[in-house]
Amino acid sequence: MTTVSMTVNGRSVSGDVEDRTLLVSFLRETLGLTGTHVGCDTTQCGACVVHMNGEAVKACTLLVGQADGTEITTIEGLAKGDELHPMQAAFREHHGLQCGFCTPGMIMMGVDIVRRYGSDLDEQTIRHELEGNICRCTGYHNIVKAIEAVAHSSGVAQAAE
Amino acid sequence: MGAEGFGARLMRKEDRRFVTGRGRYTDDIGLKDMTHGVFVRSPHAHAKIRSIDTSEAEKMPGVVGVLTGHDLAADKLGGLICGWMIHSKDGSPMKAGAHPALAADTVRYVGDAVAIVIAETRDQARDAAEAVAVDYEELPAVIDPAKAMDSGAPQIHPEAESNLIYDWTIGDEEATNAQFSNAAHVTSIDLINNRLVPNAMEPRAAIGSYDPAEEHFTLYNTSQNPHVARLVLSAFVGVAPEHKLRVIAPDVGGGFGSKIFIYPEETTCLWASKKIGGRPVKWVADRTEAFLTDAHGRDHVTKAELALDAEHRILGLRVRTIANLGAYMSTFSSSVPTYLYATLLSGQYAIPQIFAEVLAVYTNTTPVDAYRGAGRPEATFVVERLMETAAREVGLDPAEFRRKNFVRSFPHQTPVIMAYDAGDYEASLSAALEAADYAGFPARKAEAESRGKKRGIGLSCYIEACGIAPSQAVGSLGAGVGLWESAEVRVNPVGTIEVLTGTHSHGQSHETTFAQIINDRFGVPTDTVSIVHGDTDKVQFGMGTYGSRSAAVGLSAVYKALDKVEAKAKKIAAHLMEASEDDIVLENGTFQVAGTDKTLGFHEVALAAYTAHNLPEGMEPGLKETSFYDPTNFTFPAGSYVCEVEIDPDTGKTTIVQFVAADDFGRIINPMIVEGQVHGGLAQGIGQALLEGCVYEADTGQLITASFQDYCMPRADDLPSFKVMTTETVCPGNPLGVKGCGEAGAIGSPPALINALTDALGTNELSMPASPEKVWRALRSASSAAAA
Repeated sequence: MTTVSMTVNGRSVSGDVEDRTLLVSFLRETLGLTGTHVGCDTTQCGACVVHMNGEAVKACTLLVGQADGTEITTIEGLAKGDELHPMQAAFREHHGLQCGFCTPGMIMMGVDIVRRYGSDLDEQTIRHELEGNICRCTGYHNIVKAIEAVAHSSGVAQAAE
Repeated sequence: MGAEGFGARLMRKEDRRFVTGRGRYTDDIGLKDMTHGVFVRSPHAHAKIRSIDTSEAEKMPGVVGVLTGHDLAADKLGGLICGWMIHSKDGSPMKAGAHPALAADTVRYVGDAVAIVIAETRDQARDAAEAVAVDYEELPAVIDPAKAMDSGAPQIHPEAESNLIYDWTIGDEEATNAQFSNAAHVTSIDLINNRLVPNAMEPRAAIGSYDPAEEHFTLYNTSQNPHVARLVLSAFVGVAPEHKLRVIAPDVGGGFGSKIFIYPEETTCLWASKKIGGRPVKWVADRTEAFLTDAHGRDHVTKAELALDAEHRILGLRVRTIANLGAYMSTFSSSVPTYLYATLLSGQYAIPQIFAEVLAVYTNTTPVDAYRGAGRPEATFVVERLMETAAREVGLDPAEFRRKNFVRSFPHQTPVIMAYDAGDYEASLSAALEAADYAGFPARKAEAESRGKKRGIGLSCYIEACGIAPSQAVGSLGAGVGLWESAEVRVNPVGTIEVLTGTHSHGQSHETTFAQIINDRFGVPTDTVSIVHGDTDKVQFGMGTYGSRSAAVGLSAVYKALDKVEAKAKKIAAHLMEASEDDIVLENGTFQVAGTDKTLGFHEVALAAYTAHNLPEGMEPGLKETSFYDPTNFTFPAGSYVCEVEIDPDTGKTTIVQFVAADDFGRIINPMIVEGQVHGGLAQGIGQALLEGCVYEADTGQLITASFQDYCMPRADDLPSFKVMTTETVCPGNPLGVKGCGEAGAIGSPPALINALTDALGTNELSMPASPEKVWRALRSASSAAAA
């Protein structure tokens, strides 16, 4: 057993975990933050994307020990109270989700893409950048539109936070 | 159309919880004292189980119990069933083999479950599952359905000689043959409809929970039809009596058909919970388990022929299909290659005679069942590949050839059961061709050639039958259940409304579209309406969601219940306003005495129904109505798709430069949601045509494509932005005039894409998925044929 401590969505947390515990298991099972999903066992689908120190990572590929001392943001920590993050609002407005299972990972990835490219984003870049996230419902059409809309809106600064 | 009602592009009510990570899927649920189950699965495609030694596993940390197929058999649990009886052409019933939830004597595919290990944590259960020692005697396996029928092939179930489950026919063979003997031209084609893995992003999961105090079972699972799960688990498997079993399907992360069926894991978790004394047992599939055990889709081998007269009118169609049903018959499997497939072989065309023969075969592979479209994509692939090929052979423009043969008057009776009720195939074809600038294609092709690229354009004009019904008709065809739907509308005393529906939403936006219909009728805001589904304790009965039935059947049931609510509410309003019932009109949420300024709000009438101080004499208090709706016919969405591709001849890589879909879904409740359904369907169809294919190793039956690393799922970069549009003919068969839009994209897109590729390549020899390697080879064989 190892003790890990980190900041998750602005809150200091710690826990005793088996060495083999993955970050996603710690978030879901120890902290009860079930918005981060597990859709595969090969790091292909991206349903588990969270931010570690501000950058998108796949929580199913990191041991929780590797996240010791970091700042983690999950989908539950993205909105400010009742006010949706611009990426969350854009997914809603552009119908970028259907069953909602891949959505948390997609939104966290979308935020990271906009953080890196800002308003330079075009459709092809977004499609290429989404290669690590699989959606089976939307055909990506509206996900791409949602991310593009955020990149080109005045909310870019906030979206990149 | 109001701001929120019929036709409004209303944002989804369900989205807030999903975009904030507050959806509640089965794996998100934790129960007190919950344990975790992991299945021990066969590594062999076909083997006898000599013995299972669980002693080491039982000693492992955290292990609560290990249960095997022998324990299950000792408790006399029934096997899983196929709910649709098909008869062979000789009149004999289909030959279904036994399907125990845990195999006790023989395993029949890689992944067949033989035991469940239950432990305090999932990791402990995984560790212990590794320690279960199963002694197998390997048997020869067969993967190819044609070879499975050979004499000397491994026998998979004793009931099915030569592994043939049924040999079924439809249509008039003699009359069809006569049409062919009079033909001026016959087009023949051999096709394989590749096996697919549905891959909903949420893996299947189940929590079985037995309460010894109440002798009551609860199952949480990833189901598209919780009531049918309860019916099968109680009436056939016998795990619990119906009134002692509650099935809850909470938020479900996509289904595409794969979550309709009753699987071994649900049975086992429920039973195991009782066996270990009443602690809940949770199982969640990992992705490789999903690849191995979710029912697969498609997998047809077909020979088809089209007979034309000298004026290029179709005289007849002959089809022979071998359908691979895998190692066991899944819940709906027998209906898919028969009544959901061959009955659509007339496509959008007036075809005087059709004859189809379907041989359904067992192989040592994962069971095959309905997957998005279920039979209709397979039928459309046959018809639309034939249409394109025939047009090219006789030198007609493929669009012109289709036009010439369209059904033009309705209702239209096909030779294969279906009676098309309404449609305008010319309208959707014209819309699609115009949007795709079909006329401008030769110039674009020439421009691409100047850059060294190959361009092709392909069409597909599909039809589908959805909202499957009526119950009496499907019963006569072999369905084990009726295909009606139920609804209950509860108007609360303050005027808020709960709608209880037997359909289920796993991405289809029922919470929004159903509320839009309530808004349309009663003028109440959609945020005062809640939709309740997916819980057998709350909703009395239902048939779930598949086959694009939720609007056409489920919402029609709601609509009928609304009629009853409105009738009673009008009686109360008339009484309160001292007017004749016939003079009451309901508009924008207000009851008004026509021609006067006397009005009552909807909420005031609701309150009056419950206070009951002043109701018409003899009237029961309350405002709550139920309805069961059984449709009179299927509905027939149809459309035309145009795909344009560009191929890099050096690499064989295909780029979809344009994809246009023009669909007729009847009346549309929410265009935004309908477009989303089409986008998703197109992605799955394009996935089938270009990328996805389930591959087994021939000799061993090992699944080679058992993860996202090996099975090519469509990603954002593989797909274009789509041009989608709709034309409209109102469905006369239901009160809403709706048809159904969930499957269209997956049905119409594979032939459009393959037709575009074969156009670009100048060859007809190309199978799905059309990988760059296949395209590259096809290009080279076409060039060498041209040079010879």
